[in-house]
Amino acid sequence: MARSSYKVTTRTGASQIAALVAAVLLVAAIALPTFASRSLIQDMFFILTMLTLAQFWNLLAGYGGLVSVGQQAFVGFGAYMLFGGAILWGVDPVAGLLLAGVAALVLAVPTAFFAFRLHGAYFAIGTWVVAEVVRLSVAQWKAVGGGTGTSLPRDARDLMWGVQWIESAFEVRSSEARDILTYWLALALTVATIGGVYWFLRTKRGLALAALRDNVEAARSVGVDSERMKWIVFLVAAFGTGIAGALIFLQNGRISPDSAFSVIDWTAFVIFIVVIGGIGTIEGPIVGVLVFFALQTLLADYGSWYLMILGALGIAVMLFSPGGLWGIISDRTGLRLFPIQRRLERRDGLQQKEVEEERP
Amino acid sequence: MPAILSLKDVSKSFGALTVTDSVTFDVPEGQALGIIGPNGAGKSTLFNLITGNLSADKGRIEYDGRDVTKVPPMQRCLSGIGRSFQIPQPFDRLTVFETLLVSATHGRGAPEREVEDDCAAILERTELIGVANRPSGTLTLLQRKRLELARAMATRPKLLLLDEIAGGLTEGECIALVETIRAIHAEGVTIIWIEHVLHALTSVVERLLVLDFGKIIGIGDPDEIMASREVREIYLGIEI
Ligand SMILES: Nc1ncnc2c1ncn2[C@@H]1O[C@H](COP(=O)(O)OP(=O)(O)OP(=O)(O)O)[C@@H](O)[C@H]1O
Ligand SMILES: [Mg+2]
Repeated sequence: MARSSYKVTTRTGASQIAALVAAVLLVAAIALPTFASRSLIQDMFFILTMLTLAQFWNLLAGYGGLVSVGQQAFVGFGAYMLFGGAILWGVDPVAGLLLAGVAALVLAVPTAFFAFRLHGAYFAIGTWVVAEVVRLSVAQWKAVGGGTGTSLPRDARDLMWGVQWIESAFEVRSSEARDILTYWLALALTVATIGGVYWFLRTKRGLALAALRDNVEAARSVGVDSERMKWIVFLVAAFGTGIAGALIFLQNGRISPDSAFSVIDWTAFVIFIVVIGGIGTIEGPIVGVLVFFALQTLLADYGSWYLMILGALGIAVMLFSPGGLWGIISDRTGLRLFPIQRRLERRDGLQQKEVEEERP
Repeated sequence: MPAILSLKDVSKSFGALTVTDSVTFDVPEGQALGIIGPNGAGKSTLFNLITGNLSADKGRIEYDGRDVTKVPPMQRCLSGIGRSFQIPQPFDRLTVFETLLVSATHGRGAPEREVEDDCAAILERTELIGVANRPSGTLTLLQRKRLELARAMATRPKLLLLDEIAGGLTEGECIALVETIRAIHAEGVTIIWIEHVLHALTSVVERLLVLDFGKIIGIGDPDEIMASREVREIYLGIEI
């Protein structure tokens, strides 16, 4: 009889090694400021924040089928809330990060009501329009510098939670201490994001999200609540994107509507990272951000050529390897770093053959 | 037996093409109803109207005593309507086992732990256990068709709609499939089965409905229907 002669597992050999490697890397990353140069810390900050944005866009587009090109709305709105909070109400910027996330979440509600009425390309355009409207509105906000932007007040910068402790512990100037603090915050955000996405995908809802990614009609026909899933994904992505945006501009120290709501920086690059790495997987954006950073470092001096090369590469990957670089790697090797797949195995362990083999 | 499903004057058009034309019929609970008709008669469209994947232009659909005409597919699934798609619609990147897990957890509203054994049992019944851990996108056509049946079964439906799942099977496979469907039916599940493989169909169903150009041109005892002149005309040239 079938009952209880099978068990379900998600672990794979590779995933256990990956978990070990990840733990070592995490410890090294936490300790990085003790030995790394300031420019390396800044590079790492860039990689981590772009990775966070990419994970959220991947959640939206790769799983939820919500191809938004308006995520800069949440980056910019979140960042402006942090600046506004610090300038107007003296909110500590570290606490301001949470404020930014909540503000982005609040903005996401009417955005979703509007954009969810649209489908496909119209949805994408709709999200972009929302971002533009928010940008234009924020540019009218005189207290935060209107159209030209503003800097974070000196007090907020130098007296931010943790900065003084880092100054004395590392014996560095406050600007460098700020870099270290924002780097750690970015690290925490990235770990929380990837951990959160991973946890979610292992739940029953995560399975539904993967089903929706693959076939919406079929998913609805087996009882998946596609509307609710869309809402969950959109709101979560807005929250995380808002925090990441605020963190980026906290590190920067300066903000303007054009930089905060830049569709190139916060959407085009992010899409590139996800597409080139592999959409619809957790590993994809990680691979993608490394490639993106390498290209940016190599091609930084080539101005608009750089953008064109990125664009051409992105298109080539979409055409020839829709699964991205990670798709190629995992197809060739069967490698999976994040064990999400539920595997059915015989409890007696007698043979994996019956369950595993039988190729057509 | 009370009707578990009843369609009243249901119509659906695509542009100028009327694909479902004032269709009215009841399906008593526990019955196995076969649907036949030439290509393009509107059989699959009728299924899509019953499951909510398409919405009717006109008429009323009642399921389990409730008007479900405007109810979305997800809710209809939760209330017990399961279906297979004529052209298999697999979740390409989910494995066969995971496909059943999604279906069972969401279709029944149960936690994963509680349905795992049952999913394994369904995979054994549909002879998919050997490919349980393969991504659905890598399956052969035959396996995909089996997966359609297995996925629908995993929601534990009260009303099961099967759309041409016997096409392309060998004789032996066909016999096995008929056995499986009989067994499901014997458990009390109401079945509506669209099938071109008539001998498989008639060996299971108790009642037959013939659709042509969106209209019901006959419904009743399978033997009588098959003997009628209209049906013979439509199926002239098609082996019975
Ligand atoms: N979404 C759609 N848009 C436009 N026309 C459609 C659509 N779906 C089906 N049709 C048309 O409606 C008619 C009936 O299609 P349907 O799939 O219901 O037929 P069927 O009886 O299932 O045929 P088959 O035996 O080939 O599966 C066909 O002429 C088809 O081209
Ligand atoms: Mg059909």
